[in-house]
Amino acid sequence: MSATEVCGITAADIAEGQEMPALRHPVSATTIVLGALASRDWRPMHHDKDFAVERNGVNNIFINTPNNAAWFERYITDWTGPKGRLGRLRFEMKKSVFPGDEMCFSGIVRKLARDAAGCHWADLELTISVGDEVRTTGRARVAIPADAADNPWTRKGDRWLP
Amino acid sequence: MSARDPQASRNATDLPDEAQRMIDTPLYEEPGEFPIEMGYVYNTCAAVQNGNPIFWDPAVAEAVTGGPIAPPTMMSVWFRPHYWAPGATGERKALQTHFDLKQILDLPEAVVASNEAVFGEPVRPGDRLTTRQIVRSIGPLKQTKLGIGRFWTIDVETTNQHGEWVGTEIYTMLGYRRPEQ
Repeated sequence: MSATEVCGITAADIAEGQEMPALRHPVSATTIVLGALASRDWRPMHHDKDFAVERNGVNNIFINTPNNAAWFERYITDWTGPKGRLGRLRFEMKKSVFPGDEMCFSGIVRKLARDAAGCHWADLELTISVGDEVRTTGRARVAIPADAADNPWTRKGDRWLP
Repeated sequence: MSARDPQASRNATDLPDEAQRMIDTPLYEEPGEFPIEMGYVYNTCAAVQNGNPIFWDPAVAEAVTGGPIAPPTMMSVWFRPHYWAPGATGERKALQTHFDLKQILDLPEAVVASNEAVFGEPVRPGDRLTTRQIVRSIGPLKQTKLGIGRFWTIDVETTNQHGEWVGTEIYTMLGYRRPEQ
């Protein structure tokens, strides 16, 4: 297999204002504990409901920060394909995600650009909603191959400018 | 896209000397507790049902990234200490500067207000990473809906065993005191 054979979008496939396909995922306590332990986050509010309720004053255990990042990464690279390379991710968890919630991920391509090293970038605006309520908002900058022959993962040093 | 919120980068003028001295001073430079391994990569991908073949299919990983790598967003995973280790006493915490600031500023509660990460060289199995923590700003006391508190921003810079920049995480935290505290 060569990198050229690996499928995914290229810069020609996307435009500013384009919406990313939505992703829905029902959240259980298992979802939250799996994410907390996989991210080596041992803080009890992510696995101990009594602690979350009595100490933190919230309804239940809730998704932790690095797992939220992992969900965003999965959402972005589901869309780009394997050659999409995340350069930057920022998010704010305005309200926690709890067991029983169904997360709905959505995203919009806000800006497309090509940097001085020739790398194509898509700036994304991201949201996690539960029902009509926005729980997390974020922004990401992801490198997109210019064409089937291009591969952002080969960029190093001065050629990688996230 | 700016790295930091300009509002958050204004330092307070009423800080204890101990907190003031922490600003822009690299602290807790330390190696990770274990070499990077794929078990945690699979756990993380499974936890979010990430089927990206660069993490699951060695042929795709070789073709696209030159071999196996960890998802970039796992950067923070690698610097968290084990929950327990021989000889350790008390709770072992990641981002120790954050807990230092809570104590120095006498703000017992805290939440993550925002998190930003910038990703550099991919992390590969066997890598040994080193992190250091740098307090970039500590804001003034203000009333928030959670209680009176301060925002502070801490960078965690990560490099690999070759000295290559792996990435920087930027945590903006709100440390606060609940109204009844």
